[in-house]
Amino acid sequence: MLTRLKAMLRRWWRVFSKPSVHLSLGFLTLGGFLAGVIFWGGFNTAMEYANTEEFCIGCHEMRENVYVELQETVHFSNPSGVRATCSDCHVPHEWSYKIARKMQASKEVWGKVFGTIDTPEKFEAKRRELAEHEWARLKANDSLECRNCHDFSSMDFTRQSERAALQHSTALASGDKTCIDCHKGIAHHLPDMSGVPGWD
Amino acid sequence: MKKLIMLIGFITLMTASFAENQIATLRGETVLTDEPVAPLMMPEVNDDRRLSRDYPMAAPTIPHKTDGYRIDLNSNKCLFCHNRQQVSASQAPMISVTHFMNSDGNFLADVSPNRYFCNQCHVSQQAVDVLIENEFISMDELLKRAHESH
Ligand code: HEC
Ligand code: HEC
Ligand code: HEC
Repeated sequence: MLTRLKAMLRRWWRVFSKPSVHLSLGFLTLGGFLAGVIFWGGFNTAMEYANTEEFCIGCHEMRENVYVELQETVHFSNPSGVRATCSDCHVPHEWSYKIARKMQASKEVWGKVFGTIDTPEKFEAKRRELAEHEWARLKANDSLECRNCHDFSSMDFTRQSERAALQHSTALASGDKTCIDCHKGIAHHLPDMSGVPGWD
Repeated sequence: MKKLIMLIGFITLMTASFAENQIATLRGETVLTDEPVAPLMMPEVNDDRRLSRDYPMAAPTIPHKTDGYRIDLNSNKCLFCHNRQQVSASQAPMISVTHFMNSDGNFLADVSPNRYFCNQCHVSQQAVDVLIENEFISMDELLKRAHESH
């Protein structure tokens, strides 16, 4: 088996390393371009699929904990019919961030396969740690994912409640605080908050 | 005689069952086997305007919406703004000092466990007609009436 694979690779390599005799430069460029598109597309399609709600709640850990909790919130159903799905808040849109987050997420899939959070109790025990990762990430990127939908410069303070406008026009406007500092637990139930500034 | 007793019995039974229909219930006229049409959800009052209280120890109502605010063993969203240490940032009124007192009358450093569940006494309001009339009057009205009758 291994020898056959080696032989095949060697054959391929020989084809690849030999300068082209029959094919025009134009064809090669175009071919390379198309192959790139196909490969790139396939890769991104797989990435896209991994971003769907279907994929995220495919495992019961997510379906039975965080998803159920999300359903009670305004981000799941509201008068305007705009829904925030898992990836809207958890996957950065910027490509390099996205790949980095995906690699981090592989660790979470690993966690699933090896059962670190496969019961509600284990999930609850691990929840604070998982939440802290998300808080740290959103703090570091100035709540980028929130801002993809909620644009500060489009906020009409006159239409917000008085206390919302007060906070947004001061601590938020000055950059002193970011969304996640004040809006923890908007999508899921919170873990034990002892020691978290403002909560204990 | 027997007939009379039967007649009286019959009438009492009829009035009793008739009276039963007169009892005001929240489900209204709908019979038990039917599903009543739910009334529209009214928005919570969210204007942040404080109301005056009907007597000094009355628990104030909440002048803003609170949907999605959780109070459980892990977290208390109300205290995130109304706790002693938070009010300088939030500019929300601090919880009453009585809330730091335990059942023995001693003051604690933090909210007393028997005051932890805010919405046992404080609730958001909706601008709707009262479902059932009541005769509640404020303490001031009570005093005024008492003076007038003397
Ligand atoms: C996919 C778009 C989207 C993303 C991403 C998103 N939101 Fe929202 N958010 C909404 C919509 C839509 C509403 C509801 C608007 C309405 O009331 O119709 C909303 C409502 C809210 C509210 C008001 C809650 C209430 O009870 O009225 C807050 C606070 C909020 N979002 C904070 C956040 C924060 C913090 C994040 C980032 C962690 C975030 N949102 C990410 C779309 C989004
Ligand atoms: C300094 C604290 C603070 C920061 C930072 C902050 N908010 Fe808020 N926000 C509040 C408060 C307080 C309210 C009113 C209470 C509530 O709805 O929970 C509010 C309300 C809201 C609402 C509902 C507004 C309304 O009146 O219907 C939205 C939407 C919202 N915030 C989004 C955001 C987003 C997005 C960010 C980041 C760009 C952000 N907030 C940052 C404190 C803050
Ligand atoms: C509106 C934004 C938003 C949406 C939509 C959202 N999340 Fe979250 N999620 C957060 C935030 C913010 C945290 C950090 C903890 C907190 O504040 O609740 C978090 C935390 C988590 C955690 C860590 C454990 C925990 O509960 O803190 C998991 C797991 C998670 N989310 C999974 C999901 C899944 C699966 C979905 C889709 C069904 C989803 N999230 C949808 C904002 C969101």
